[in-house]
Amino acid sequence: MNYLQDSDPVSNASTRKRGIPNPLAWIGAATLGLFSEIGQLAVFAARVKAAAFTPRWYVGQIWKQMVNIGFFSLPVVGMSAVFIGAALALNIYEGGSRYGAEQFVPSIVVLGITRELGATITGLMLAGRVSAGISAEIGAMRVTEQIDALESLSASPYRYLYAPRFLAALIALPLLVVVADVIGVMGGWLVSTQALGFDSTVYLRNTLDFVTRNDILTGLIKAVVFGGVIALMGCYQGDRSKAGATGVGRAATLSMVGAAVLVLATNYVMSTIFVEIGL
Amino acid sequence: MSTPILSLQNVEKRFGKNHVLRGVSLDVEPGQSLVVIGGSGSGKSVMLKNALGLMTPDSGNILFNGEDVTQSRGKSRARMRERVGMLFQSGALFDSLTVWENVAFRLINSGVVSRSKAKDHAIETLRKVRLGTEVADLYPAEISGGMQKRVSLARSIISKPDLIFFDEPTTGLDPITADAINDLIIEQVRGLGAAAVTITHDMSSARKVADEVAMLFEGKIIWRGKASEVDNSGNPYVDQFVHGRAEGPIQPAI
Repeated sequence: MNYLQDSDPVSNASTRKRGIPNPLAWIGAATLGLFSEIGQLAVFAARVKAAAFTPRWYVGQIWKQMVNIGFFSLPVVGMSAVFIGAALALNIYEGGSRYGAEQFVPSIVVLGITRELGATITGLMLAGRVSAGISAEIGAMRVTEQIDALESLSASPYRYLYAPRFLAALIALPLLVVVADVIGVMGGWLVSTQALGFDSTVYLRNTLDFVTRNDILTGLIKAVVFGGVIALMGCYQGDRSKAGATGVGRAATLSMVGAAVLVLATNYVMSTIFVEIGL
Repeated sequence: MSTPILSLQNVEKRFGKNHVLRGVSLDVEPGQSLVVIGGSGSGKSVMLKNALGLMTPDSGNILFNGEDVTQSRGKSRARMRERVGMLFQSGALFDSLTVWENVAFRLINSGVVSRSKAKDHAIETLRKVRLGTEVADLYPAEISGGMQKRVSLARSIISKPDLIFFDEPTTGLDPITADAINDLIIEQVRGLGAAAVTITHDMSSARKVADEVAMLFEGKIIWRGKASEVDNSGNPYVDQFVHGRAEGPIQPAI
């Protein structure tokens, strides 16, 4: 009896503390946490940017990352682009046929690919392949003390690890987007000519006549921004990785999700700006 | 009396509510081998990382050769680190680099030595830790744990530092390999005339490599004396620790 009486206050306190969270306290803590996270990411990004655009540059490391981020992403980007281009052509044909506007398929495919889908699909694919990969690699280095060792050997992880990945992504993403644009348009061409009855020469001429330099430029500008976002999220989450397989796994997941959301969010912001300024 | 090569003065470090270092004060003389013993979670590694500048203390000062390096950054910190070597508990070899590139990392990174000369120097240093040329082009994952410790030792001594930190150098090794590592540490530290700070809870290693032993308990140095005195320190904490008894003033960390 005494035991129960004695335990009640503890139980009640425990319920108050843990069982029913105060919603205002929860919202407050979450808001503070969000601002703290944004602040830390901003400081990290500023340090990476400073290391990336001032000497000393580790050219060998940049080249190695260019190969990893750019060359080894070609298959996944190419495959994604061809299917997106093909599906886009089918859907535009289906929608256009309701208004007798099937002839606009080449124009809308090239517009959609160059201004939007080429860059976005490349960004999303690389958020998965590259950002998570960078995060896992750097996270493993963090928890095995390799980053401490780097600093103890007078090498800055910002210059040796993060800046090369950031620069490589800034350079590789636009190149990959050019490839995605070409392959995406060819995906649309393939379906249109093989399944929808378009003439090959007419399709390609319509595509080339319609696309403008600005359409391609907007996609490339987006690609540079996506490259920065993807590399930064990978490096940031990897650098903050907690010990153990769970910590590294969580860092990889957070970087992939964070990079994907930021790719889509920055894409919308940039599209709005480009429309506003008439680009 | 000469200026200590390393001096920790009332160093404190907290992680949230966890008060890890509670005013650590410690001097290391040039050429001296000091071993810091203490149980798991006593703050040994944190103390070492503060001394090396991988962490910044919340309060207190760290002096290297009389110069206050507590808050130093950039070139000033880099100058200190050029004169300090560190063997990490896990070895901390870079996975993506070969053994010789790991050993010669500091030389390559400094940019003053060509890669071919750096490789020659690395192979010569590997020989000092009894590793042959055949391991030079292997990757860390391709060699055993004992060999990784030797490679890490080679990396820490290649630039002939004035002070070397050893973080649990024999952890995870069999007794024979551990003893070989201890011999190499003594040989290389004496050969260089460097000072050494070793943290360990391996008492056979401590007895072998130490000139002096200090014990860290609950974030403070509670005893310091000659290595020969450690078994008869008269301090109940040290006695319990060196004799590995569960009963005594120190509660087991379980």
